[in-house]
Amino acid sequence: MDTEKSLSPSAEVDILEPTETRRMRVNVGPSHPAMHGVIQIVVEVEGETIVYSDTNFGYLHRGFEKECENHTYQLCIPYTDRLNYVSPLINNEGFCLAVEKFFGVDVPERCKYIRTMLSELSRISDHQTCIGAAAMELGAFTPFLYLMKGRELIYRILEEVTGHRLTINYMRPGGLAADLPEGFFEHLRDILPVIREVTSETDKLLTKNRIFIDRTRNVGAISKEDALSFSYSGPCLRACGMAYDVRKAFPYSAYDRVDFEVPVGSTGDTLDRYLVRMAEMEQSVRIIEQCMRQIPDGPVSVNDPRVILPPKQEVYHTIEGLVNHFKLVYEGIRPPKGEVYQMVEGGNGELGYYIVSDGTGRPYRVRVRPPCFMIVSSMDFMIKGAMMADIVPVFGSLNMIAGEMER
Amino acid sequence: MWIDLLIVTCKVLFMFLFVLGIAGILTWVERKQSAVLQDRIGANRASIFGVRMIGLFHPIADALKLFTKEDFVPLHGHRVLFVLSPALAIVPALMTFAVIPFGDNVHVLGREVSLRVSDINAGVVLVFAIASLSVYGITLAGWASDNRYSLLGALRGAAQMFSYEVVLGLSVIGILLVYGTLDLNEIVRAQGGYWLGFIPRWGVFVQPVGFLLYFTAAFAETKRMPFDLPEGESEIVAGYFTEYSGMKYAAFLFSEFCEMVLVAGLSATLFFGGWQLPVDVARGLALPLVGVVHISGLWVPLLQLLTFCLKVVIFLWLLMQIRWTLPRFRYDQVMSLCWKVLLPLVLLNIAVTAVAVLAVKG
Repeated sequence: MDTEKSLSPSAEVDILEPTETRRMRVNVGPSHPAMHGVIQIVVEVEGETIVYSDTNFGYLHRGFEKECENHTYQLCIPYTDRLNYVSPLINNEGFCLAVEKFFGVDVPERCKYIRTMLSELSRISDHQTCIGAAAMELGAFTPFLYLMKGRELIYRILEEVTGHRLTINYMRPGGLAADLPEGFFEHLRDILPVIREVTSETDKLLTKNRIFIDRTRNVGAISKEDALSFSYSGPCLRACGMAYDVRKAFPYSAYDRVDFEVPVGSTGDTLDRYLVRMAEMEQSVRIIEQCMRQIPDGPVSVNDPRVILPPKQEVYHTIEGLVNHFKLVYEGIRPPKGEVYQMVEGGNGELGYYIVSDGTGRPYRVRVRPPCFMIVSSMDFMIKGAMMADIVPVFGSLNMIAGEMER
Repeated sequence: MWIDLLIVTCKVLFMFLFVLGIAGILTWVERKQSAVLQDRIGANRASIFGVRMIGLFHPIADALKLFTKEDFVPLHGHRVLFVLSPALAIVPALMTFAVIPFGDNVHVLGREVSLRVSDINAGVVLVFAIASLSVYGITLAGWASDNRYSLLGALRGAAQMFSYEVVLGLSVIGILLVYGTLDLNEIVRAQGGYWLGFIPRWGVFVQPVGFLLYFTAAFAETKRMPFDLPEGESEIVAGYFTEYSGMKYAAFLFSEFCEMVLVAGLSATLFFGGWQLPVDVARGLALPLVGVVHISGLWVPLLQLLTFCLKVVIFLWLLMQIRWTLPRFRYDQVMSLCWKVLLPLVLLNIAVTAVAVLAVKG
């Protein structure tokens, strides 16, 4: 046999004849430090070069969509927190907007501004987590902790508003669970400069760092056409040079009344994705500042007995209020028959909710369009021919959130 | 005869404790310094009867933990090599200290004693010869583990260390040309005195490029960030020591810290005057406010020892600071940095130094 011949020490062996080699198959994940325990990439490498890869996910599928069919609309909201758990308020907002679309109700101005502000805070925390984690996986541990310092401040202020840090369950169809607490704006005014500061610290440590740029430039690049064919959205699509942002294209809440830019990249590589996210954090801070100036006084929930619980005063003292409360809690809000699709700009891109209502208190079907799913689907395409070490920055820059991707 | 034996034993013990002690404390320093860098408090939980000692008990706690861990050997791994390779990694790292001087010769018990373990007059060659053996520890560890991540780490480690050894060896040629000796103590002695009365005659001022090249290559040899590709956490899990546990794992960790001490010690010796004080001891120690203090007897070697330690500590601080600031290179980038950037520079440095030495010395 060939192998025997090449192994035998006889003098006749032609040393110029190439040795028989085999590709090495490496299981990257699910228990691998960069794979967060929720994704597996089977790669075949020749040396360090990836010749074949197969991305498998589904480790965190929790049946969100099916679960919604057995819950009233209000009871679905806590589940939406657990989709993209790094920016749960945006998920809340998307679901509430979709349900409001059924009724055609328009929430009060103050509610719109609060939603916008909190969504942008969530977006900042989302981008901070993504950049920090990606940098950490590249070995730069320090920027990660700087960014976590900033995220901690955001979590604290969200805790003040909603009572929770992660699973906030704050928005309701037709309004909010509660108004902003006292001293919110002073606190917000205090933390915005700190957020800017950690961003600029990160900028100094990474954007001007030759090693970081070498590790990310032209790594995992994807063209605009390919990105669109993979149904990209969000920062990853904008990094390819396509200025599509749901907040600009289909404004919701108060986005049509604030001035902000949509940063775009050019090459669609890992560095561009990083730069787009960095620029978006600054834009989010700008939006928050404008909202703080523009926000009016007034109620935070719409006065519509069909969607929002009546005030406790009415529940305890009038029979209509009590019945209304009972029906809304027991049967849930009952949107008219039909279907809606509502998208919001999530931390990773277009987060869409498609809800079919059969007129009862529970949705007939809920379908989520998770931005991650499409983006992570292109993982194999992006890392083909790259090196083993490139998996980490590419994967980190896609910001996979398994809760959202696998629902 | 027995006095000689006693002296040598003392020196060996001192060097051993010095290196292992610093390496042990380095595990604490690494935690605390990174904490300072990252706005954290750092490890401070380990306590003995409620005394916390700003976390200084953590190295002890670590050692206890690692000693009591299961000693795991992979089922299909090569048992002998698997057990042997941590030793292969740590022994060269410790052995190289034999020729590093930590003071000038002293007169003790009626004989002249040099303050280093072994008086080998080709010290530089010995250091690099032994240091290059540490690649076996890594490569065999990765191969014997029967783990694909380990194998990738071992390959990376072997390639990286072989490549950077070339640059490392060549980068000190300049210094050797300038001082014309391979004896580390002679090199240190030649770095005494001043130019223009205030610039110490340190090697770094004669060989600035040589120092930078040496430092980069030596950093790569320590396999620490940004050159920690053989370990490559979050890429290849933990690289060549993925399968190691307990004290075997600690041996790899320790060899890394010992190598750091070695790099710091060699940097100080070759380029920063080793045990030479930045002030002239012969004329007395000029202290501000106190005036000139004349020192003699055993104070001189003691001061030299402290000077050497201080220089080592400063370099260790620098190594730590770099490690916690930079991200990791990629495998091909490390290789091209070595062969395309550092190697031409180091050859150029040798050529320029050779011509300059020839011109000056005739």
